Amino acid sequence: MSTLTAGTETPRNAGPARPAYRVSTRGVLRSEWAKLWSLRSTWITLALGLLFLVAFGLIAATRYRSGYASGTLDRDFASSTGLELSLFGTNFAQLALGVLGVLITAGEYSTGMIRSTLAAVPRRLPVLWAKAALYGTVVLVVGTAGAFAAFQIGSGILSGTPAAMSLTHAGVLRGLFGAGLYLGLVGVIGAALGMLLRSVAGGISVLVAALMLIPGLVTLLPSSWQGDIGPYLPGNAGQAMYALTHDATTLSPGAGLGVFLGWTALALAGAAYRLVRTDV
Amino acid sequence: MIEAQQLTKRYGEKTAVDHLDFVVRPGTVTGFLGPNGAGKSTTMRMIVGLDAPTAGSVTVDGRPYARHRAPLQEVGALLEAKSIHPGRSAYQHLRALALTHGIPRRRVDEVIDLAGLGSVARKRAGAFSLGMGQRLGIAAALLGDPRTVMLDEPVNGLDPEGVLWIRTLLTSLAEEGRTVFVSSHLMSEMALVADHLIVVGRGRLLADTTVADLVRRAGGDTVTVRTQDPARLREALAGPGVDITGQVGSEELQVTGLTAREIGLAAADHGIALFELTPRTVSLEQAFMDLTRDAVEYHATTTADRTPGRAA
Repeated sequence: MSTLTAGTETPRNAGPARPAYRVSTRGVLRSEWAKLWSLRSTWITLALGLLFLVAFGLIAATRYRSGYASGTLDRDFASSTGLELSLFGTNFAQLALGVLGVLITAGEYSTGMIRSTLAAVPRRLPVLWAKAALYGTVVLVVGTAGAFAAFQIGSGILSGTPAAMSLTHAGVLRGLFGAGLYLGLVGVIGAALGMLLRSVAGGISVLVAALMLIPGLVTLLPSSWQGDIGPYLPGNAGQAMYALTHDATTLSPGAGLGVFLGWTALALAGAAYRLVRTDV
Repeated sequence: MIEAQQLTKRYGEKTAVDHLDFVVRPGTVTGFLGPNGAGKSTTMRMIVGLDAPTAGSVTVDGRPYARHRAPLQEVGALLEAKSIHPGRSAYQHLRALALTHGIPRRRVDEVIDLAGLGSVARKRAGAFSLGMGQRLGIAAALLGDPRTVMLDEPVNGLDPEGVLWIRTLLTSLAEEGRTVFVSSHLMSEMALVADHLIVVGRGRLLADTTVADLVRRAGGDTVTVRTQDPARLREALAGPGVDITGQVGSEELQVTGLTAREIGLAAADHGIALFELTPRTVSLEQAFMDLTRDAVEYHATTTADRTPGRAA
């Protein structure tokens, strides 16, 4: 055997020709983006969230209109504005979109995918930031688009009634963008809760409790406490972000956003702590 | 190169890995052997940073796994079979992992072909058989063209063709100069591929040795012979240093002190028909059993009937 052929026997991976791969923020973002869209549940749940947002807004507007025409509006409805009616679906959309957030993170634990994910990105935290940022942005876009669609179609239905509003009406644009932002943050909170609890069922339970059950339970407290605690709960603070009218029992839109961002940061901090500290 | 120093993992009262010291060197296949529950999987999870050691440390090429710029290029690991989301296709799974490191699409296609997944790469991984799942896990392990390949019970669920494929793959990876670290609870499987053996039981290091050494220590050049006429064969083989055991009425004999070749020739000289002439295997399995007898986590009523279950 000549020295030339001996040279080719050196180990393949010892040579300088080895490609220089590296983990990068961009890479993790691209990976999480690909993971998000390669699951059927993403498409179905986003579509469902959008459907809830638009369809329930339309139903509310239609009911208002028919009630107004026949003169049988119930009291709750009579004082409604076009914005409120159009955004009626937010409550339902937030469930779908929040649940998808939980699935994106907790689903990795329930399937075992997390082991592959964290073996590829052993520093771990970039995975959480990428998931939260990408999904939050996707929901923000979908939610804002849905809110605008619901409002525009709703305006058509409501024209000629006292609830009729247009985009130029004071507070309407803020309300629509606020609703989109609220839904985006609900998505981030869902993802954070999924990462924190590592269980789909647990994540969904806590999410539903935080957004929908606890505000109801607070009404059982003495009324002086309600005023102190109530507005700062996640669900109520979030609603203040997109409500048109604010009174003594609610926060201003800015304060609502601040408080809701605080809750989001808290959930993310808990998720980050558990992600870094606990074995998978 | 994998280096573990006083590596320890405790779960509450239970010590899964107990002050392990070992080095896995490049260029050979190192078998990681131990009964179920011996701490093999926990050790492997600590190597890639999924579990944090309670004490001690483990490094890959001189650094903790997480400190490498391109971890997938450093260690490719197959851990428990299903580390995938069943809703994604094999291609989508590998592509998502590749993107984190900037590994090109071309390499994804390469490992899919290498693992023989070409025809099912676009199907949902949830519908894969155990064997297909293993192949996908191995494809993922090879994705980054890693210096160290670490496989936890890779032959689990594979059909004979797959088992053969794994053996060939492991040998060729080692020949390319890579570090190859493979766990198994089957000595017979390890004996076929591994040069070096790290044997653990109840989290402790029982042996860090070569296959040949282990056999020698077990007193082992035993050859199993099955013959038409055990009594005459006993006479034909008898001599100094030769030990023959066998049950009355059985056509099987255990011979030590002679090679299979010598036994075959002697039988031919005496015109005795042989049905089987099997060197080594039994004694190697026995060597392993002797080594780990005290360390077996779950004793069944017969030693041969070990409870199958998830290795930890």
